[in-house]
Amino acid sequence: MISQIFILSTKGDHLIYKDFRGEESKDSINGFYEMVTALSGDQPPVVMSYKGLHFIHARQGGLYWVASTKTNPSPFTIIEFLNRLAALTKDYCGSLSEKSVRMNFALIYELLDEMVDFGYIQTTSTDILKNFIQTEAVSSKPFSLFDLSNVGLFGAETQQSKVAPSVAASRPIMSSRGEQGGKNEIFVDVIERLSVVIGSKGVLMKADIQGEIRIKCFLPTCSEMRIGLNEELSIGKSQLKGYSSAVRVDECRFHQAVKLDEFDTFRILKVCPSQGEQTVMQYQLCDELPCAPPFQLFPSVEKDYVNRVLIFLKLRCDLPPKSTALNVSITVPVPKGSTSMSQELSSPDQTAELQPKNKALLWEIPRFPGGAQLSALFKVDVPGLSSASLLEVGPVSMSFELPKQTCTGLQIRFLRLSPTQTGLSQRWVRYVTHSDSYTIRI
Amino acid sequence: MPYFGSEETVKELKRALSNPNVHADRLRYKNYISKVIRYMTQGLDVSALFMDMVKASATVDIAQKKLVYLYMCTYASDKPDLALLAINTLRKDCADPNPMVRGLALRNMCNFRMPGMTEYIEQPIVAGLRDKASYVRRVAVLGCAKMHSLQPNTDIGRAKYSVYLNYYTLRDPSLCVLNCFRLNTGLMSDFVFSCVFSFRMKDLDSWAQSEVLTFLLRYRPRSDDQLFDILSLLDSFLQSAHAHVTVATLRLFLQLASAHPAVQADALLRTSAPLLATCGAASRELRFAGLCHVQQVMRSQPGLFGTHYKRFFCGYSEPTYIKFRKMEILVELVNDENVSLVLEELRSYCTDVSPELAQAAIAAIGRIARTYSEKCLDILTGLLALKQDHITSAVIQTFRDLVWFCPQSTAAVCQTVEACVDSPQDSEGKQALLWLLGEHGDQISSAPYVMEGYIDGLKTELSSAVKMELLTASVKMFLCRPAETQDMLGRLLHYCIEEESDVCVRDRALLCYRLLQRGVEETRKVVTGPKSDPSMSVLTGRQEEPISQWTATFNTLGPLSGRDLCPQTAVISAADQPSSSAEKELLPDDTDEEISLSLGSPLSHETFEKMWLDLEILHRQTLGSPRPRTAPDTLQAALQLVKIQTLAFTPGDTVPWKAYIYTRSTGTLILAELLQGDQQAPGSDESLVVSVKQQPVNQHAIRGFVSILKSVLQTLNVDSS
Repeated sequence: MISQIFILSTKGDHLIYKDFRGEESKDSINGFYEMVTALSGDQPPVVMSYKGLHFIHARQGGLYWVASTKTNPSPFTIIEFLNRLAALTKDYCGSLSEKSVRMNFALIYELLDEMVDFGYIQTTSTDILKNFIQTEAVSSKPFSLFDLSNVGLFGAETQQSKVAPSVAASRPIMSSRGEQGGKNEIFVDVIERLSVVIGSKGVLMKADIQGEIRIKCFLPTCSEMRIGLNEELSIGKSQLKGYSSAVRVDECRFHQAVKLDEFDTFRILKVCPSQGEQTVMQYQLCDELPCAPPFQLFPSVEKDYVNRVLIFLKLRCDLPPKSTALNVSITVPVPKGSTSMSQELSSPDQTAELQPKNKALLWEIPRFPGGAQLSALFKVDVPGLSSASLLEVGPVSMSFELPKQTCTGLQIRFLRLSPTQTGLSQRWVRYVTHSDSYTIRI
Repeated sequence: MPYFGSEETVKELKRALSNPNVHADRLRYKNYISKVIRYMTQGLDVSALFMDMVKASATVDIAQKKLVYLYMCTYASDKPDLALLAINTLRKDCADPNPMVRGLALRNMCNFRMPGMTEYIEQPIVAGLRDKASYVRRVAVLGCAKMHSLQPNTDIGRAKYSVYLNYYTLRDPSLCVLNCFRLNTGLMSDFVFSCVFSFRMKDLDSWAQSEVLTFLLRYRPRSDDQLFDILSLLDSFLQSAHAHVTVATLRLFLQLASAHPAVQADALLRTSAPLLATCGAASRELRFAGLCHVQQVMRSQPGLFGTHYKRFFCGYSEPTYIKFRKMEILVELVNDENVSLVLEELRSYCTDVSPELAQAAIAAIGRIARTYSEKCLDILTGLLALKQDHITSAVIQTFRDLVWFCPQSTAAVCQTVEACVDSPQDSEGKQALLWLLGEHGDQISSAPYVMEGYIDGLKTELSSAVKMELLTASVKMFLCRPAETQDMLGRLLHYCIEEESDVCVRDRALLCYRLLQRGVEETRKVVTGPKSDPSMSVLTGRQEEPISQWTATFNTLGPLSGRDLCPQTAVISAADQPSSSAEKELLPDDTDEEISLSLGSPLSHETFEKMWLDLEILHRQTLGSPRPRTAPDTLQAALQLVKIQTLAFTPGDTVPWKAYIYTRSTGTLILAELLQGDQQAPGSDESLVVSVKQQPVNQHAIRGFVSILKSVLQTLNVDSS
């Protein structure tokens, strides 16, 4: 049973506060904030107790989403509920930030009122909620000229409009009366998170992929949709279909609304998406990478003069030539006490800086085309350098984003709405791979 | 958060809300109302606006109604008289043709937490239970629960509602039914059981599923056949897409099938994949919860996750608290095949920017070193070369523990310590180094000289713990290498006895001095103990615990907060624990569990009397033994021994004889009266009757208390006869 739910900003401002059972006073918010800010880094903040009251919180969108309870409930339920609350807020407000929560507080109170009663979770389904929500979302998105770039000259259909802008899905789902509301769009995203450890000799030591297929639906009502996956998709270690380059995942789990009667033979998921965002399928692949790891690093670390370390990094992107990695950032730990750094980068759009506080240097590459190779030379001054200090250089960690790319090779063959669907609807399929953790040892 | 000029703001809002022009402009009016709610959320006291807000509730705009109701619910308990004014509007809304308005009004009316509210809400609730819209019925059922919590002894409930509940369980969609469950956890067990399965679990949403699963924890199957029926019905939920359903199902399986270890093992095996998936979930908090539960499972089945050790490698961007858990798990998962890979991974954390993480990683390597000492010692020695204070200190501390647990590594450690040029700077590290020097001074040739450095720098040493360690270590060193140590030991003792201001250090020095006066052999007997204790490593090494050890806290907050919170059943509030007789049927009888009594702060006679009069008698029982024929003091002392305080008793052999006693146990206060009736009166025997009152109610504690009391009295009777 949930006693209270509140949302705090990082500065401790009260954005939302709702008491369901009248068991505790409002002081508990400040109690929570004091505790959470006083914790040191190694103390787990997820569950905290304060005068017989337990706080469970999740961080989403830079905000604290907190539930307090006097009972001893399942932490999984509460955490997933808080995450769901945040996701619903995102659905209804368009984006998740302090500003959007502030602007839409009436809407969020309305949501909470329907979702939880007397501390019991009633429903979190948009299908049910949409009947009760009356408040219109206030979009916090400022007017931008980029929005106009999609409109072709004289209203002609341009090539650009074949690609959905990346912000297209971040708008409120309920702007039915708004001018944008006519857009009956449906987005199907295949999102994979990659976590890789590459050993010092370039050997792949660990590779995990966690993936999910997410639907974001703006249609007010949607009849059955059929999502066709790769026919050669095989699940589990034993089940291999043919000898061709099968797409394989270790295991997958589906949303309970997904009908799987055609999945076994045709790999078709049938689902009636409700408004808003939902994950229809989660899958994972462990200890194996069907493609080459997207990046290979060839480092060399030397001691130059008395107090200087030379770090030469050669980074190769092993993606297919047509694809690109975006927002690549490389963090290289440097010896303690590093004072300054000089760098030689191969192009002007790259940046590098030394962060003495984190004793690391950060190299950022905004775009990295597949098949390319970039190199950089860093000279780091370290007073009192010893040869042992070179051991402190490494392991290198990277973060990046691979649009239009899935590492498992999972593809969506088709996306069909049943023919009874009236009105034109636009369907988008997007693929993206994020780096959850990409570590290369030196 | 106090706001400057808050009064000014409230006045301004009041002016605006009572302005007829604002009333005329609906949008503007609503804007002001939202402003009030915004201030309320921020913590400003806007209760002065109650009247104006009540007026605002009479509107057709549902969104505005919702805001106003939110306001009213917040301040109703502060302004009960004004809140009564709003009730008429609310009751009118309860009869609105729109079911949404009806439900909204009913829900909020039940949320007014003020005394005397029940008489106004009883009728709308009863009407709501018969409403044709399921939304309203749902709200009404929870309304019963709210009313019950407002006025626990209210009569509105049980008998009357169980009829409705029965009725709706059979025909209503899941949401309404589930609320019935929440309200009436004391329904007959077989009835509940059939209900759970009469509406199909699959049709519920995931929240309801996990709630039903938690609810079923209280159910005790009649037979094995029934048990397996339940388990096979719920089997598919072990693989649910929602982690919370999976974990709730797992807990149910573990608890119900406690007599069937094979079933338990199978359930654990099948949920290991979903559990691992939560350990890699996108949400950090979920990840953490997953890791904590994996740790719990590993207490019984350490091998379950062995092949998946790579899943517990730390991600670069993960917060420290997750990395800590992962390292703890990694240490447990080490075996012959993966040890080198795990060590390589741990080695890379040792140079982390966070000193806590680096030290924890070093300590983790130290744990592994107890089994795989050679590889680990190489890594630890390599780390010393980095010459960073926090790393050196952690490595030396790890060495100390390693030598203690695993004596065969002593020679290698001593060699390394000898070669290590720089010394730790923090007091923990210094103590560890001094201990090593003192204990194994015979194997470290430079030991006396290192120690001399510390003795010379004694004046600048701040920590008294280091000084005491230095004293002990020097005496030990003197025993094995007297020639080199004698002089400096003299200086050290002199300084510590004559100039040291810390009493503990001075006493330790005096102790050492007097010990040495008794002669070397005497000293050796006292100071030198065992140099290591290999038997300890057997103790610290994991033993497989039975699964039942942790199922009670599985899927609760306990594993996440690092300590066991109060068990779930003890904290069900009065509203959810309506009929204790039915409850008993559902709850497992846990009398075998020990309860502990404590004395706590003494109660005054007045307080006791007041509480005794206020509380109801919860339990009355004949103890089956007469009053012990001992002196009153003996009785009092005996009770005191088992932490029961005697407040008063009637003197001597007066009839009827009475005694008032009290005690505390796990957050509850137990008051009791012992009574021995008139022996001559017909129908009474010699036996004592105990009447127990308690606040707050905890049946389990009462049972424990009575059994303790019984045994004390029996013992006394045996003694006196």
